[in-house]
Amino acid sequence: MDLGYSTEEMAFRNEVRSWLADNLPADLREKVLAYQHLSKEDLVRWHKILDAKGWAVPHWPVEWGGTGWDITQRYIFNDEFGLAGAPGIAPFGPAMCASVLMRFGTDEQKNRFLPRIRSGDDFWVQGYSEPGSGSDLASLKTRAERKGDKYVVNGQKIWTTLGHYGDWIFCLVRTDPNAKIRQEGISFLLIDMKTPGITVRPLILMDGGHEVNEVFFDNVEVPAENLIHDENKGWTVAKYLLGHERMGSGNVGASKRELQTLRELASKEIKNGKPLLQDARFRDRLTRVEVEIQALELTSLRFLDKMRRTGQPPGADVSMLKLKGSELQQAITELMMQALGPDAQPFVGVEDGHVDEYRARMAPRYFNYRKTSIYAGSNEIQRNIIAKMTLGL
Amino acid sequence: MDFEFSEEQTQLAESLRKYLANEYDFEKRKAIVKSASGVSDTVWATFADMGLTALALPEADGGFGGGAVDLMAAMEACGEALVVEPLLDNVGLAARLVARGGSTAQREALLPGVVDGRHRLAFAYLEPGRRYELDAQKTTARAQAGGWVLDGEKSVVIGAPSARVLVVSAHTAGVAGQPDGTSLFLVDADAAGVSINACRTVDGQRAADVTFTGVKLPAEALVGTAGGALPLIEEAVDFATALLCADAIGTMKNANDATLEYLKTRKQFGAPIGSFQALQHRMVDMYVVCEQARSMAIFAAAKVDEGGDAGARKRAVSAAKVKIADAARQVSQESVQLHGGMGMTEELKVSHNFRRLTMIAQRFGDADHHLERYATFD
Repeated sequence: MDLGYSTEEMAFRNEVRSWLADNLPADLREKVLAYQHLSKEDLVRWHKILDAKGWAVPHWPVEWGGTGWDITQRYIFNDEFGLAGAPGIAPFGPAMCASVLMRFGTDEQKNRFLPRIRSGDDFWVQGYSEPGSGSDLASLKTRAERKGDKYVVNGQKIWTTLGHYGDWIFCLVRTDPNAKIRQEGISFLLIDMKTPGITVRPLILMDGGHEVNEVFFDNVEVPAENLIHDENKGWTVAKYLLGHERMGSGNVGASKRELQTLRELASKEIKNGKPLLQDARFRDRLTRVEVEIQALELTSLRFLDKMRRTGQPPGADVSMLKLKGSELQQAITELMMQALGPDAQPFVGVEDGHVDEYRARMAPRYFNYRKTSIYAGSNEIQRNIIAKMTLGL
Repeated sequence: MDFEFSEEQTQLAESLRKYLANEYDFEKRKAIVKSASGVSDTVWATFADMGLTALALPEADGGFGGGAVDLMAAMEACGEALVVEPLLDNVGLAARLVARGGSTAQREALLPGVVDGRHRLAFAYLEPGRRYELDAQKTTARAQAGGWVLDGEKSVVIGAPSARVLVVSAHTAGVAGQPDGTSLFLVDADAAGVSINACRTVDGQRAADVTFTGVKLPAEALVGTAGGALPLIEEAVDFATALLCADAIGTMKNANDATLEYLKTRKQFGAPIGSFQALQHRMVDMYVVCEQARSMAIFAAAKVDEGGDAGARKRAVSAAKVKIADAARQVSQESVQLHGGMGMTEELKVSHNFRRLTMIAQRFGDADHHLERYATFD
């Protein structure tokens, strides 16, 4: 057993770290570290910087512009990304849609979409959940009716993250409402968001921010060539994708960076004349979070090691990364808010008043991060998956 | 033994609840929060008409001589509706300090206006970088030319932007015979040298950081004796904490009711999600923790009304606040989680309950603070 990285892996970590230090624009890093809103332009600018280096889609096959890194290198890359305060790459195009195209797309579809995903020219979003279909995704109702060489789409998607940035949306749609098994009436369709009949409506979350949307489809005509895999085989595609969504969900690098920020915050806040960091109660809670991060990181590395040796994905157990990763992010944002004591209350200045914007973001961040145990398959669903698939209950 | 509210107490709460249901629904509250002042003078006048501002003040000052238990059921109704008007900050803090510590002249000048709703007060006591500590250190008052000069800064003073007079705690070291004490002063909010930096809090209330720069006060601005205000402040904050616990019960009850309804009506996998045992048990825990919190809120209110031993009062209030802080956290988090994505949105009251409960958990000291204080009075 050897829990350490090899000399080559350490050298690779240094290479990534120093490249990020030289190439991550200061204004973007500032925004990330100050918990500010990132515009579409910010995200695309960063994507293009990475693309110029050949690092926008590290996990892709080399022939499509990937790096050929092994899984450990990819893990190290993501870790350094989080530690550096780099804006995250939205997963919908490069990680999700691309995975589907590689596995199920025709050569034509690959040639048409993959280069523009790699370059950041097309911003992709995900059209899965519907108002009546959250955890029970297979009950989705958005209808796509085949008419000649087109599908006509009617219905509504919800929780579309960054839908207002979207150039394209990949959707699960119902093509056969009469299928005996409802999973067998679903198809996977790519839709240009500039198509007439699409309306995007913001949903404001309780931190006051706009990141998710409702997307309405009113007689939207989609060329039949935008169908991925066979008609009514969309559920196979969706299941393939769900495994991909969870592997990176631990967010260990970002949590390590946030823990450091929390430590700095707690060393400046004063309780009973001493830094809060020296308060036994607070320090114990912070230490528990630190231990949890270590446990999550080591568990992630164990999974990686197994994947590398067997060539197989870790299966249902990958859900545990999502469970613990989301709980950790929530614990850290909660401690940051509690570190401020009464100062966590101010939100926004009124009547010519102003607030300390950094401090005023702590409580809203705690509010916002409640989403992590709800999105991408709620933590209840993740537990169901482990119960059923791993434990056989 | 009698854990029930009296007929009068219940009636007051019921008429308040009826009023709030009509005039303070979710949309109307939202409009108030977004309005210029962030408080409704109409609502405030109605509170005064109902006697809410008078209830806990002494009869000699135009009040009804009641206590925390008398206000509990009404505070619970306020919690259900997420009232943002600073009722607790007036009757629980500022007006209570004037009533219990002020001279006849001070009481006559301020309390009738509180009782009939003409004006509001606010209590400025928290200081930057000193978390929940109740003594004044960073705001000082120097005796000068038969009066006082006030300097320093107070943070997150709830209700300050709409208050006519601030009750301000200040350090008065150097006063003859009072080497190291905390004192209280009455300061007009529009006095020269008072600067109010107003904000809206994450749970929709109005607050301000208040700076005092060479504010000249007459001798009669001092409330009570110089240097001796800390016990008075501790009593008022305990009283207000007991009211806050009652307020929290109302909000938790509302969050639990909404979640229960959602579990019964939201269908996934062909069944109401409330039919899943994993969720049933969590709903049961939310219910249980709310009932436990209610018991402790009643205990705290009864103990602050008893008067007597300050140590016993502090222990009771701290015990209640530990329980309420933990319960508020559990109920707020679980109500959002069980609502799924919808619980995260501005559109549902659940997310507003969440924010309010989160701030209640921290106001007047979080669970850690009160665990520590409880142990001090063993």
